[in-house]
Amino acid sequence: MNIQFRTGVQQDQLAETKTAIADCDIHPARATRTELYPYLASRWHGHLETYDKHPYQGMMEGPPYPKAQPNASRRDAYPPEGGPQGSSLSFMQQQHLDPNHVVLGVLNPLATGQGLRNHDLAAAICSAINDWQIEKWTSKDSRLKASIVVANEDGPTAAAEIRKRGGDKNFVQVLLLSRNVEPLGQRRYWPIYEAAEEVGLPVGVHAFGFGGNPITASGWPSYYIEEMVGHSQCQQTALASIVLEGVFERHPKLKMIMIEAGFGWAPSLSWRLDRSWQRLRSEVPHLKRPPSEVIRDHIFWTTQPMEDPERRDHLFDVIDWIGWDKLLFATDYPHWDFDEPSRVLPAGVSDANREAFYLNNARKLYGLT
Amino acid sequence: MTSPIAGGVDCDLHPAVPHLTSLLPYLNDYWRDQVTTRGMTDLVSQSYPPNSPISARPDWRPAQGKPGSSLEDMKAQALDRFGLGYGICNPLFGVQMVFSEDMADAFCRALNDWLAKEWLDQDARLRGSIVIPVQNIEKSVAEIERCAADQRFVQVLMLVMGDMPLGKRIYWPIYAAAERLGLPIGIHAGSNYHNPPTSVGWGSYHIEDYVAQAQAFQTQLTSLIVEGVFARHPKVKMVMLESGFTWLPSYLWRLHKFWRGIRMETPWVDRAPLEIVRSNIRFSLQPIDAPPDPATLNRLFDHMQSDELLLFSTDYPHWQFEGDQVLPEGMSTDLVRKIMIDNPHATYGRLRQRVNQETTP
Repeated sequence: MNIQFRTGVQQDQLAETKTAIADCDIHPARATRTELYPYLASRWHGHLETYDKHPYQGMMEGPPYPKAQPNASRRDAYPPEGGPQGSSLSFMQQQHLDPNHVVLGVLNPLATGQGLRNHDLAAAICSAINDWQIEKWTSKDSRLKASIVVANEDGPTAAAEIRKRGGDKNFVQVLLLSRNVEPLGQRRYWPIYEAAEEVGLPVGVHAFGFGGNPITASGWPSYYIEEMVGHSQCQQTALASIVLEGVFERHPKLKMIMIEAGFGWAPSLSWRLDRSWQRLRSEVPHLKRPPSEVIRDHIFWTTQPMEDPERRDHLFDVIDWIGWDKLLFATDYPHWDFDEPSRVLPAGVSDANREAFYLNNARKLYGLT
Repeated sequence: MTSPIAGGVDCDLHPAVPHLTSLLPYLNDYWRDQVTTRGMTDLVSQSYPPNSPISARPDWRPAQGKPGSSLEDMKAQALDRFGLGYGICNPLFGVQMVFSEDMADAFCRALNDWLAKEWLDQDARLRGSIVIPVQNIEKSVAEIERCAADQRFVQVLMLVMGDMPLGKRIYWPIYAAAERLGLPIGIHAGSNYHNPPTSVGWGSYHIEDYVAQAQAFQTQLTSLIVEGVFARHPKVKMVMLESGFTWLPSYLWRLHKFWRGIRMETPWVDRAPLEIVRSNIRFSLQPIDAPPDPATLNRLFDHMQSDELLLFSTDYPHWQFEGDQVLPEGMSTDLVRKIMIDNPHATYGRLRQRVNQETTP
């Protein structure tokens, strides 16, 4: 916690809790292992029982790096009726949506069909997750909006799913993860961007995912903290790829959101891209503008885990460089590194910027004004 | 323009091996025969394609041969031009890409001997980095010990992208030897390409590889800190070379936040990451990934919360700046002195030692 957040926090908290917020990163979970089966063709039930999900990593159960807490989630977030954290709508309402005045909550399901090696299975599970988000969540609470999850490694199938769901107002974005078989600017993913632009939805890129690549350019590290910190480096290279491959030159109306990977690195990455592009632009003639301009025009950033410098003027510098109109508040509920809405922004922010940060930027981006 | 001051230390100069065959005089009969009989090609890493704009500033590009292969050019364009007291040579010959441990060892020994004879012996301002056959830890330690007898070798050189994260325990004998012998570990941009050059796979372009160097430095710093290298070897200094540095503050905010949250996983990390960086990690000045306005850059210096982290570098002959503008606009005289003289001398202890009759190791 920033030392400067502490002074006067009580007063701020009273004021803050009355403020309506958008939470652009909520993780809904399944209460049981078979909760998706009603949305899956019976052919896949037996397949999953026999072979399971067969992802681009080795562990049959659980993640390659053990999390810091079960399911990487808050210990106080287990629903009273049982099941893992984030699996009960009523408890999510009671613990998070109501007390924190969430008026718009974007669901980002993580354990989906993404990152599976069997692309038919990936597509079936993703489609099931999309049905499940409507039936279990958005149809029961109008504050919640869903993300179209897609079989990320199979561009044409993913594009078909986006076109199928695109007109359904329950969905506000397409969801990808940062780690895939190739960097996200590669052309195998272009059909996803083409379809998203066509249906007028932004593409959220959430940290995490599996594509078989080590999480550093020097192989596999030892610790969970290296994976956690490393997601921001993955996101940086994924974004560099998207910009340098000219995705936004091809899709000028497309917007993307960098979710849960930090935003503090955005200025330095932009400057590095600009500098390198000045020297090396003959290699990427399709990229017509300085990368920093492309990023400013097309990229939004969720806030959690909030950058937390010792001095708040450093935080404000970084936000000024990115733009107060580009940040989307997020808590990451129910994960352990949840950001408390009343505490993330230090004092000294104008009302207009505060409202943009907590709510208005998200409403505008998602077309929910 | 901010002017350099005389007697500065350039911590990142790149003398080029003209061709693998230039090392033949420094190889034994077996390896000389291997190179010629097998028709081995030159070890040029695609981190720096010789004709890429970043590999040489246009006005530093020689009429023929590799950029950085002429000592006379280096004198005129860097050593004399910037009034340098010392220049530290970091050869970027692609020995790290070699898969055979024995071949890598032979080439590294030859490379270090070549550097001493053809560069350090020729200009008293030059100092060298020991290139190690990182493919084999024992051989690396032996090479460090062999070269360290020559006081003109002032650091050990590794690449930022290799087979494994640099904090892994297998590398610790290298750090122990460096600490014992008073040699910082220089970690330079570049990959052996044994892993994809980004953590999300292979990109399409050279520019992606270059941009990705900064992310590779970030993950290596995480590895070095959380594995406990500096708890075990508190005196070892590491210098990030051609890494960029404007990413450092926000990177540390994130690392610090997660370290505070899950430090039970790595309980031996007994100091905050920022403190470890302040005491053990340094960064070369070039490239400066920031806009040209002094106001923004001075904010970034403020974010770094220390004026001891940066070491002057030209990155010669790489193209990082124009004309004589090696120092960015708006730097205070105090900071220039720290960066060009005080910080390098505090980092490279061997610069203080008088070098008597130099001898090739």
